[in-house]
Amino acid sequence: MKSNNANVVLQVADVHKNFGGLKALSDVNLKVEEGRTHAIIGPNGAGKSTLLNVVIGRLPPSSGAVIFGNTVLTGLAPYKINQLGISRVFQTPEIFADLPILHNVMAPAFARRDGGFRVNMFGRTDRESEIREEAESLLEDVGLYAQRHGHAGSLSRGDKRRLELAMCLIQHPRLLLLDEPTAGMSRHDTNTTIDLLKKIKLRGMTKVIIEHDMHVVFSLADEISVLAQGRIIAHGQPDEIRDDPRVQEAYLGGTQP
Amino acid sequence: MFSLAKKDLLSLGVFALIVLAMPFWLSPLGAAYPALMQKLAIFAIFAVGFNILFGLTGYLSFGHAAFLGIGSYTAVWSFKLLTMNVVPAVVFAVVMSGVFALAIGYLSLRRSGIYFSILTLAFAQMSYSLAYSVLTPITNGETGLLLVQGDPRVLDALFAEPRQGLPVPTLLGLDMSGYAGFYFCAAMLVIAFYLSQKIFASPFGLALRGIKSNQTRMNYTGFNTRPYTLAAFVISGMYAGLAGGLLAVTDPLAGAERMQWTASGEVVLMTILGGVGTLVGPVVGAWLIKYLENIFSAFNESILQRFFSFLPDGLDTFVVTVTSKFVGDGWHLTLGLMFVLVVAFLPGGIMEGIHRIVRSFQRRGDREPDGSLKAQPAE
Repeated sequence: MKSNNANVVLQVADVHKNFGGLKALSDVNLKVEEGRTHAIIGPNGAGKSTLLNVVIGRLPPSSGAVIFGNTVLTGLAPYKINQLGISRVFQTPEIFADLPILHNVMAPAFARRDGGFRVNMFGRTDRESEIREEAESLLEDVGLYAQRHGHAGSLSRGDKRRLELAMCLIQHPRLLLLDEPTAGMSRHDTNTTIDLLKKIKLRGMTKVIIEHDMHVVFSLADEISVLAQGRIIAHGQPDEIRDDPRVQEAYLGGTQP
Repeated sequence: MFSLAKKDLLSLGVFALIVLAMPFWLSPLGAAYPALMQKLAIFAIFAVGFNILFGLTGYLSFGHAAFLGIGSYTAVWSFKLLTMNVVPAVVFAVVMSGVFALAIGYLSLRRSGIYFSILTLAFAQMSYSLAYSVLTPITNGETGLLLVQGDPRVLDALFAEPRQGLPVPTLLGLDMSGYAGFYFCAAMLVIAFYLSQKIFASPFGLALRGIKSNQTRMNYTGFNTRPYTLAAFVISGMYAGLAGGLLAVTDPLAGAERMQWTASGEVVLMTILGGVGTLVGPVVGAWLIKYLENIFSAFNESILQRFFSFLPDGLDTFVVTVTSKFVGDGWHLTLGLMFVLVVAFLPGGIMEGIHRIVRSFQRRGDREPDGSLKAQPAE
């Protein structure tokens, strides 16, 4: 890699993850640089989601380490990892289904502002105009402003995903992890989401994105790593990956995106 | 800091009015006597506090009566050792139950769901047996903790000659039995309700709701959820302690049966019956259960015979035989039946029922004079 280590935001170093006898991840090394969008692609079961789960502290690695900036994440509680500046959009949307959509977006902003725990029982959510305005403008960006007082559980799957994206964006994360952010969306919504993610990129947010939709990957990624059977089999610029015969064989199956 | 949104302020005003006017609207229902009204106010406090834990975080404690009992014992000890003034008694009751809630919550909240419920139940049963037998020197076991003539009451002894007979709890010279006791409990209920409103409307309350809705999301959003649940547990334990302290204020004795699992189950029923997670629901549930308990447990066969005497012979004996099983000591049968019906048909409790009725009226109101529906504005 021709990268300069000073700009590395996230480093995955020699990570192995075994589930019993199954090697879900073997010797995975990855460097994500500041401001870049790094896509991880690979066939189903290649270990992509496992890799994200290791990064956010949902799964401990069997060996190896994950380093964020200067901090070793391995062994930290998930909330601490988020407080350091990593937010994640999950493959199945994780939202607050019983709460109003606006509150779904405001809650993560409180975690960012107040830290992991604060008993501000005399505060008033309806007086937090700064956070509310930011939440409303993000909801406008993802096209959910009109429904903001409705309950999040009533949204379609694609809308839930965009809501979750807004919930992550309001935290201004240093690193945003996206697990198939456009799955379940219509072509039109997919394109709006791509535009939104491009806009975020202009603000300099670093992203790791897992995606099956090659249209999304090649629209957004600066760099691509290909994961197959728990190993990174290729890494490079989108053009290099597109033309790599190993990748074609393992994943693209010869179809031109 | 102490402000409320307009809507909440209005409901607080209406609520305070309803609570303080209890002697008026309860008298046609035959329930306007102080002992019952004190109970209504006290158990409403218990349920409002329980709802802060169960309604907001979704953690179902089956042992909250332990904190009620701790509150009562603490208040009685304050009467025995320090003074008959109710203020220290209530303050100590709240603090002591908060300390116990911190310890029990710290251990119980290591688990969630059914395991959490069972842990709280186990702790409450342990507290019950401690109070009933093991700690007899402190709790006076089976007999219950009572005031006696020889109690030191150090603070009272400094300022006044002991009166003849057993002293009664006082506030600013007012005896806390009868109506004065009721108004004191009612004022406490209004304050308790206000605090619950504040918690519901605060970012802290939003975090608690987030825990109920999706704990995974909370963790990956940077919330350290365990201290949040512990804070909710301690706050609701303190509410229970306040309720227990007030029970001792209105009637200065404390017994272990207050901590039994049936008492813990009762507050769960009150909250679910009224409407979990709503502000007013637990109050409605508590009032309904305590009122009906009062009515039904007082019934006996001879009252039923008089009531059903208009029925033809034979039929009336049959009806009386059947209904008599549901009154008096059998009142819990009625309660159980009511609970089953509500949970099966109105899982959101009475508050959901009220909302459904209001909504059906609104829908009717939306119809144009010719009976057609108005176009709904698209959201």
